[in-house]
Amino acid sequence: MTTTTPRATDTTPLVPAAPPVVAPEPTATVTFTVDGIETTVPKGTLVIRAAEQLGIQIPRFCDHPLLAPAGACRQCLVEVWAPGRDGNVAKMPKPQASCTLEATPGMQVKTQHTSPEADKAQHGVMELLLINHPLDCPVCDKGGECPLQNQAMSNGRAATRFVDVKRTFPKPIAVSTQILLDRERCILCQRCTRFSEEIAGDVWIDLQKRGAAQQIGTFDTRVLGFAGDTPVGASTLDTSGRPFASYFSGNTVQICPVGALTSAAYRFRSRPFDLVSAASIAEHDANGSAIRVDHRRGVVLRRLAGDDPAVNQEWITDKDRFGFHWQSAPDRVTTPLVRRQLADGTRGELEPCSWTEALDTAAAGLRGATVGVLPGGRLTLEDAYAYSKLARTVLGTNDVDHRARPHSAEEEAFLGHHVAGRTLRVTFGDLAAAPAVLCVGYEPEEEGGIAFLRLRSSVVAGRTRVFAVAALASRGIERLDGTLLAAAPGTEPEVLDAITTGADDVLGVTAEALGAEGAVILVGERAATVPGALTAVLRLAERTGARVAWIPRRAGERGAIEAGTLPTLLPGGRPVADPSARVDVAAVWGVDDLPATPGRSADEILAAAAAGQLGALVVGGVDPADHADPVLARAALDAVPFLVSLEVRRSEVTDRADVVLPVAPPVEKAGTFVTWEGRPRPFAQVLTTTHLSDFRVLDRLADALGADLGLLTLADVHAELDQLGGWDGVRVEQPATSPAEPPAVPPGHAVLATWHQLLDAGRLQDGEPYLAGTAKQPVARVSPVTAQAAGLADGDDVAVSTDRGTVTAAVQVTDMADHVVWLATNPRGAAVRDVLGAVGGTVVRLAPAGRSDAPGVTAHAGSGLTGDTAEAVAGVRVDEEERA
Amino acid sequence: MTTLTPVLSAHWDADRSWKLDRYEADGGYRGLRRALGMAPADVVTAVKDSGLRGRGGAGFPTGMKWGFLPAPDGGPRYLVVNADESEPGTCKDIPLMLASPQDLIEGVIITSYAIGCHHAFIYVRGEVVHVYRRLLEAVREAREAGYVGTDILGSGFDLEITVHAGAGAYICGEETALLDSLEGLRGQPRLKPPFPAVAGLYARPTVVNNVESVASVPGILVGGADWFTSMGTERSAGHGLFSLSGHVTRPGQYEAPLGITLRELLDMAGGVREGHELKFWTPGGSSTPIFTAEHLDVPLDYESVGKAGSMLGTRALQIFDETTSVVKAVSRWIQFYKHESCGKCTPCREGTFWLAQIMARLEAGQGTPQDIDLLLDLCDNILGRAFCALGDGATSPVTSAIQYFREEFEAGTHTPADVLFPPERSALFDYTPRHSTQLAGVHA
Repeated sequence: MTTTTPRATDTTPLVPAAPPVVAPEPTATVTFTVDGIETTVPKGTLVIRAAEQLGIQIPRFCDHPLLAPAGACRQCLVEVWAPGRDGNVAKMPKPQASCTLEATPGMQVKTQHTSPEADKAQHGVMELLLINHPLDCPVCDKGGECPLQNQAMSNGRAATRFVDVKRTFPKPIAVSTQILLDRERCILCQRCTRFSEEIAGDVWIDLQKRGAAQQIGTFDTRVLGFAGDTPVGASTLDTSGRPFASYFSGNTVQICPVGALTSAAYRFRSRPFDLVSAASIAEHDANGSAIRVDHRRGVVLRRLAGDDPAVNQEWITDKDRFGFHWQSAPDRVTTPLVRRQLADGTRGELEPCSWTEALDTAAAGLRGATVGVLPGGRLTLEDAYAYSKLARTVLGTNDVDHRARPHSAEEEAFLGHHVAGRTLRVTFGDLAAAPAVLCVGYEPEEEGGIAFLRLRSSVVAGRTRVFAVAALASRGIERLDGTLLAAAPGTEPEVLDAITTGADDVLGVTAEALGAEGAVILVGERAATVPGALTAVLRLAERTGARVAWIPRRAGERGAIEAGTLPTLLPGGRPVADPSARVDVAAVWGVDDLPATPGRSADEILAAAAAGQLGALVVGGVDPADHADPVLARAALDAVPFLVSLEVRRSEVTDRADVVLPVAPPVEKAGTFVTWEGRPRPFAQVLTTTHLSDFRVLDRLADALGADLGLLTLADVHAELDQLGGWDGVRVEQPATSPAEPPAVPPGHAVLATWHQLLDAGRLQDGEPYLAGTAKQPVARVSPVTAQAAGLADGDDVAVSTDRGTVTAAVQVTDMADHVVWLATNPRGAAVRDVLGAVGGTVVRLAPAGRSDAPGVTAHAGSGLTGDTAEAVAGVRVDEEERA
Repeated sequence: MTTLTPVLSAHWDADRSWKLDRYEADGGYRGLRRALGMAPADVVTAVKDSGLRGRGGAGFPTGMKWGFLPAPDGGPRYLVVNADESEPGTCKDIPLMLASPQDLIEGVIITSYAIGCHHAFIYVRGEVVHVYRRLLEAVREAREAGYVGTDILGSGFDLEITVHAGAGAYICGEETALLDSLEGLRGQPRLKPPFPAVAGLYARPTVVNNVESVASVPGILVGGADWFTSMGTERSAGHGLFSLSGHVTRPGQYEAPLGITLRELLDMAGGVREGHELKFWTPGGSSTPIFTAEHLDVPLDYESVGKAGSMLGTRALQIFDETTSVVKAVSRWIQFYKHESCGKCTPCREGTFWLAQIMARLEAGQGTPQDIDLLLDLCDNILGRAFCALGDGATSPVTSAIQYFREEFEAGTHTPADVLFPPERSALFDYTPRHSTQLAGVHA
C-alpha cells in the first residue's frame, strides 16, 4: 500500500506500490552548451528538451514531447554554433528550430536569453502568429492557460504593427458532437493532427487547403469520397450518423496550444483561474489513468489527462475525460432511504430517513439471515476490503462475489491461481517492450483504451507485434497491425491449443512470436464465457513461456480480487479452502475463525435468492442488466426477503431495496483503484461532501449489527491491509476445464460474438450527451457467407433474436468467421444481455428485420440519438455549407 | 563573344521533333548504349567529372548527389525527376519535355542505371496536360523500342518509368514535398534529416533531379567530360537553357554555355523592345533577387551571380523595361507566394499573407511611411526562419526591389503605381485596363 502510515514490519504490503521507474543509462552521451551552461544529455536529445532540463524555457507551440518533431511553428528558433569539418566552431547561417535539432558534441546553443538574433527571430514569429489570431482572449476557453497568450507576453512585441485585414472563418465547426473547432484561432501547429495520426491512429481531422487559408478539417465525404474512420470499404459511423471520430479526441483539446479546439461539454463554462485542480484517478476502466479534476464551488467542470509516464503518459480516453456527470446526476441518493411496511402489510415507497434508522433497519433485516453479498466491480480496494471483511466476519458467509458480469468457476480458479496476490507481474511498460502480444477475449481499444495507446505506440515504433484470438479483426486490432487468429465464439480453446511451434500457418508464427523473451498474453474478462479458454491460455503460456495478464474492464475488479471479494478467496489470494490462510486472516481480523464453506458465485447467489433460499442481499454498485442473465438477477432482487443497497444513484437495485444507504462517488472520497497490472492508484478526495465511502458505511452497519469492523478511517483500512500483507502460501489450484463441444448451428442461426464498446449505454456515461454523440453507431456484423445464407445484404436491418427478445441492427458485412454474428454488448437501446439474454457463444436466430416472428421485446440498435442527447448535439452542429 | 551551344535544343526545330525515330536519327540513345557498357559507378564518375550541377536552381553537383546514396542493401532505390516547373518566369523544362522528351527519358534510364534504380518517376506539373501526354507517349515509344522495361538492350538492366501528374502546387517543386505528394500525401516539405538520399520516396534512398540536369546526362556520356567542361566556366560547366521573357524583342529559349552575360543574350534576342530600355530583370525566376542594367555584364554562372547578390536559379531571365512599376511587379510576385505558400510554417504562411497586403497598399498609393521599414523587417523575419527555401524566395523580390528602387516604394505612400506607370504602356499589345474606372482620374 502506498500509505503515509509508517509500517512496523517488513512484510510485503497487500498491494505493493510499483517501484519507481529508473531511466536506463544512456549508451552514448553528448556534451554541449546552452547559453554557456555545459550539459551532458543522451545522444539524440533535442536541444529544446536539453534546455528544459537546464531550466531554460524556449517558447514553442508545435513541439510536444510525445509527438514526432514537426518544426512547423518556428517559434523555438535559437542561434546555433557547431564545430565544422575543420573543427572550428562556426555559426549556422540560419537560426535553428530547437525542437527538431539534435544536440551534437561541442554545439553551442544561444537562446533568446543570450542571442539577440534568436530573440528577434522569436519575436518575429510570434508577431506573425498573432496577425491572424483573433483577440478574443476574454471570451476564449483557453484564456488564462493559453501557451499563445503566455508566450506572446513573454516573447512577443508589446504592440502590433499589423493594420491590415485578418483572415476570418465562421465559427465554430463541430468536428464531432464533442469537439468544436474555431479555425481563426488555430495557429496550425498540427499537434492535433499529429496526435490523431501518430498516437490514436484514427485520422479524423487533417490539414486542408494551403497558405493562410490552411485549416484543420474533418474529411468531407463529398469531396474526398471517403469517410473518416476507414478510407476504403465500410466505414464506422458515430451515433449522430457522421463518420466516427475517435475515442481519444479529447486529448486534442488538451494539447491545443490555443483555444482552437474546445469541447462542447466545457465550452464557455468557466475560466481556468477560477478552477481548483486536484490530481485523481479515472474510475472508468482498469487502466487507472491519472487525471486532473478541475472544480469550482463544489462542481466538477472538467477533467484533464494527468501526466503519468508509467501508465497513461499524457493521454486519456474521452470516457475518462468527459464521463463525470454521473457523479453529480440528479438521481443521486442524498439521504438514507427505508421502505416501511404499509398498514395493509404491503411494501411502501422508499422514504428518506436518518442514518440511525436506516442502519438499525438494515441490521434488523440482516441479523440471523442467510446473506449474500454482491459488491460490484467498481469499488476501491478499501471499499471492497470492507465488503470482504463484513461478509466473512459479521455476516458469517463466503457468499460474496463482486463479478457483476458473465463469470465462471473456471475464471474464479484462474483468478485465484494466477491473478490474486501476484501484482505487477506484467505492466504497461512490459506491454510497450513486448515483442509479441496476444489478445484473447480482449479488445484493447474498446475495453479500456490506454492499453491500446501503449500497445499502438509500441507497434508504430516497430517493437511489438499484436495477435488477437477473436471472431473478427476490430478497427482497434487493425490499427495495431494485428494478426487475427479467427475463432468463432466457443472455439477459442481449440485455436489456443493449435498455437504450436511448427504449425505451418499463422498459428505457427504466433507460437514462435510468443516464444520470444518478454511476450505477453492479454486475456480479457470475456474469456470467462468460454469454457476451457482460461485453462487453454495457461497451457499456452506454459508451452511458449509467454506471461499472462488478465485485463478486466471495470476499475474495481483487480482491487476486489486482492481484497478477497470472491467466494473462494480471502485477501491477497489466500484460498478460503486453506485452513492456514483462514487462520492467518482471522488473526488479523480478530475473530476466532472464518467460514470454511466455499461461497457461492454471483450467479449462484442470484439463483439461490430467486429460489427463495437467501434471507437477504447486500448489494453495492451493481446493475442487474450487467449480469449474464438480467432476468434472473431481477427475479433474485424481487424475491429476496430483505435487500440492502449501497448506491450513489437511484438504480434498479435501489428501486427494489428495503434499505438504501447512500455512498460517495469517487470524486467525493479517497481510496485506491488497482489497475489490471496490480498497481495501486491511490487518489485523494476532491470535493467536500457529507457522503461516506462504502467502507465507512459498512463499518457503521457492522456496528449496528453489534460488531466492530474496525474500518472507521482510511488509515484504519490501510493499517489493516499492511498488517495483512501478501500471501506466500499455497494458491488456488489452476483451472482444468475442458472445452465444451461447439454448439450445432442450425440454418438461420448464428453464434453470437459480442463485446462492450468504450462508449455505450453504461451508467457512468449518463448526463454527457456530447460524449454520447461520439459513440459508434451499433451494427450487426456478419461474414459474406453468413449474410448470404440469411438473405441479408450490407445495410439491411437484421433481426437477431432468442426466445427472449430481438435486437435489430443494420448489417455490416465484414471479413470474419462464418456463422457468427457480432453485436456490441450494450449500445444505447439494445443491450444484448438484457434483450436477448445472450452472451458470447449463445446460438441466436438471424433473419431480415420485419420477417422475424420472434417473441419477446424488440430493441432497435442504431436509431441514432434521441431525446436530450439529440437536442444537445443539435445545438453544436454547424451547417456544412458554412465551411465554404 | 560567347556563342549559343544548342545541345538539348539542337533539334527542336525538326519535324515532329518529339518522336523517338527522329531522336534516334539525330543520334539519340547513343549515350545509353555507352552507359550500359560501363559499370554503374563509372557512369557516376563520368557525371562527377563533367562538373554538371543541378539545373533546378540550387546548383548542387549532380554526380555528388548520386554518390550520397548509401550502399545497396537489396531494397529498392528510386530516381524522381522534378518536372514540377512552376516558378514565375521559369519556362525551360516544359518546352524541353514538349519538344524533345526522349532527351529526358534517355537521361532517366542512364541515371537509373548509374544509381541502381529500377523504378523511376517523373513528377510533372499538373497544369501542363499536353506535356504529361507527350511524356506518356514518349515512355510508351521508348518501351516499345526496348529502352524501358526488362533487360534493356540486352544488358540485363530493368527499369520502369512512371509519369505522374501533380495537382498544381508550387510547393511540390520542393523535393521533399514532391516526394510526399508522389506518395499520395499532402504536399508539404518534410523534416530533414533524413535526406532523400537516405530515406526519400517510400522511405527508400532516392535521387531527386531536375529535368534539365537529367536530360544533360546522355550528352555527357556521348561527348565526355572534356566536351562538357569545354563549355561554361571552371566551376559552372556546360550548357544551359536561358529563358528570356518579357520586354525583349525575341523572347524564347537560348541554350548557351554558363557564364554568358545578359548583354550577349539580349544581343541575340534583338534587345529590349524597340524604343525602350532595360529597367530590371530576374536572373533566375521570381525567387532570385532582381538585377538592374548595371548587372548586364555579370557572367551568368553560379558564382558570379551569387557574388553580385542574386542567384542563377533556373536562368529565367524576365526582362522589364522602364515602363514597368517595380512595386506592381513585386506585388504580383508576392501574391503568387501568398497563394502558393503551403501553410506548414508560420513565417511563410503568415508572412506572405501580410506582405501581400502591404504591397497592395503601396501599389494603390496608400502605403504608410513605416511600410518600407516594415517590409524589410518582415522579410528579415521570414528569411532564414521558414521551414523550406520557398519562404526565403518570397522575400528576395521585395528586399532587392527596395534596394534598387526605394523611391518607387516611397512613391507608393502617395501615388498609385498605375498613375506612375500606366499599365497600357508596358503592354506588348493594345491594351485597355479593365478596371480603369476603379482608380478615378488615374489614366490620362
